[in-house]
Amino acid sequence: MALVLLLAAAALPFVVSNYRVFQLTMVLIYAIALLGLNILTGYNGQISLGHGAFYAIGAYVTAILMDQYGVPYWLCIPAAGAVCLLAGFLFGLPALRLEGVYLALATFALGVALPQLLKYKHLEAWTGGVQGITLIKPDPPLDSILGLKLNPDRWLYLFTLAVMVFMFVLGWNLLRGRVGRALIAIRDHPIAASTMGIDNALYKSLAFGVSAMFTGVAGALGAVAVAFVAPDSFTIFLSISFVVGMVVGGLASISGAIWGALFIQFIPNVADQVSKAAPWAIYGALMIAFMYVMPTGIAGALRLAWRRLQRRTGRGSQAAP
Amino acid sequence: MGIQRRTVVAGGLALAALPVAGQPKQYGPGASDTEIKIGNTIPYSGPASAYGTIGKVESAFFKVLNEQGGVGGRKINFISLDDGYSPPKAVEMIRRLVEQDEVLFTVSTLGTPSNSAIHKYMNQKKVPHLFLATGASKWNDPKNFPWTIGFNPNYESEGRLYAQDILRTKPNARIAVLYQNDDYGKDYLKGFMEGLGEKGKGLVVKTATYEVTDPTVDSQIVTLQSSGADTFFNITTPKFAAQAIRKVADIGWKPVHYLNQVSASVGSVLKPAGLDKSVGLVSMQYIKDPTDTKWASDKAMQDYFAFMKKNLPELDPMDGNCTYAMAVAQLTVQLLKQCGNNLTRDNVMKQAANIKGFQIPIALPGVVADTGPNDYAMFQTMQLVKFDGKTWQGFGEPVAVR
Repeated sequence: MALVLLLAAAALPFVVSNYRVFQLTMVLIYAIALLGLNILTGYNGQISLGHGAFYAIGAYVTAILMDQYGVPYWLCIPAAGAVCLLAGFLFGLPALRLEGVYLALATFALGVALPQLLKYKHLEAWTGGVQGITLIKPDPPLDSILGLKLNPDRWLYLFTLAVMVFMFVLGWNLLRGRVGRALIAIRDHPIAASTMGIDNALYKSLAFGVSAMFTGVAGALGAVAVAFVAPDSFTIFLSISFVVGMVVGGLASISGAIWGALFIQFIPNVADQVSKAAPWAIYGALMIAFMYVMPTGIAGALRLAWRRLQRRTGRGSQAAP
Repeated sequence: MGIQRRTVVAGGLALAALPVAGQPKQYGPGASDTEIKIGNTIPYSGPASAYGTIGKVESAFFKVLNEQGGVGGRKINFISLDDGYSPPKAVEMIRRLVEQDEVLFTVSTLGTPSNSAIHKYMNQKKVPHLFLATGASKWNDPKNFPWTIGFNPNYESEGRLYAQDILRTKPNARIAVLYQNDDYGKDYLKGFMEGLGEKGKGLVVKTATYEVTDPTVDSQIVTLQSSGADTFFNITTPKFAAQAIRKVADIGWKPVHYLNQVSASVGSVLKPAGLDKSVGLVSMQYIKDPTDTKWASDKAMQDYFAFMKKNLPELDPMDGNCTYAMAVAQLTVQLLKQCGNNLTRDNVMKQAANIKGFQIPIALPGVVADTGPNDYAMFQTMQLVKFDGKTWQGFGEPVAVR
């Protein structure tokens, strides 16, 4: 099942226009970022309103490495992930003392502050200040693959898809095991969790670090796909979009990240087409509708529908044990 | 990517409606016998959504133009999309315009960051990227970016304008300069220094900078005054400009005060600074000021006010963004007229780089749009203006800036 989906996803760029390929690449990138945020908020219960900052750090690390040091783009991705892992872990340490809305505000501050810090004049030599950094889109290493012609957009999509699969497998392994259970235990009942022998402080900062790493990897891919970074690309609105995507997609759900990414990529465009005058009103209305109809997110609703279908067919054939 | 070319054999009927008969018809993407597609991205939402006004005026302008028959019998399909002042969004929207809607060219894409993000793409794709709504000087780079032409008089040219005025009127001036420490400020300063030339550089006795994050520029003004300067070039954004004007008056410094056009708004800068303290300021204009009563009998302005009242009653016609949009739209029509029946991207670019002394109706008389294949700066002439306590008054003829 997963393999079929993956093959279909890999075949997609060869049947749609380059512009759509670019949009779909952004969907994959957002999905990685949303999975990262979901590890922190959905699984561990720590609310972050500033994940755009980690996305920005990932993007800037990549842009600076590519632009100033000529590092190939594929090497920049793990580098950006490592930097964000560290940044997230360090930010997670003081954030441990903050809970709920207070943590939300602290991360919000991070999201608001970072775009301005990027403009700071002593960093300008690296960040390019307000003007940002323009990058060159990587060329595909092969002209064609299995007889299908590659171009920079298609190649980048496939590359992003591979990274996404890798990150999702990583996330899945992390969350389905001991670590995942520990994270959920801390979310549901921190005191009970610590009595069970879980080191709350360590796991919480670790969750912050890993979450930041996922988002940073997404940011790095985003920088390569858009081929441009500037402080204005990473305003607080990006962070808010991530929260929206995560909740709409489904909290504490891995597949929810993909649904959420589709939502934040395409719904603003749909809203814009419905009404030029008030696209955000339409967007808001759609968001409320989604929340009302699917309170557990798109992934949750699908899971529910799937179970119901199974029960019905199971009863019909009586094959279910 | 090669330019798609299609020569259509002229049919008698189709030709009858066209003004330039006989010229063979050539179409690139987005152009046909009946339609010309023009793309645009602008922030209708987000932090800079005030600029969305520009897109609204342009859309309304082309709608009215279509009702009157379009250009050369072709309707303008002006596709204007929201980029929320976010560079990645601008990239996505521009790619939609180029790859999906297949526009012939884009106009009036707004903001230095957004345009920087699409700069390389447009030039790689060889899509005319025209009349950008930003004043950075980097858009005038025909050698490396032959497909991009800005609209706003760039900061460097404006800096040169003031420098030349100083050399003309006060060759022994002692000049002080205050500028914002970023690309915008440095662009102005660069033009100003070039304008002064080797000999004139010695006239600058003191420069001071400030950061956007500074609370005030009071101390900088005091430092500049103590240098004994009698001429002051004020390169600041609105908030700081108001502070500077007020401080200069308060400490009794009476220099010849040049104020950059960025902050020349009467409502948002001079009023807060104090109109009495602003008397005598020198600045630049290139579009007619809608608040200025001397244009009450001017045909272009009357048309403009009528147009706004009829089609966009919800917008304030006194808003400089509206007159600005009008100027861009009028220039776009001139471009299309120049292209005639040869509507390929190559020819659009050729014509855009060959606008010869066109007087945009809503621009100041004598301030003409003028480009050449080696110089993409749209406005080579600008009007110096002086503030009389109520409005900006032009003095002298529009000056050519070299």
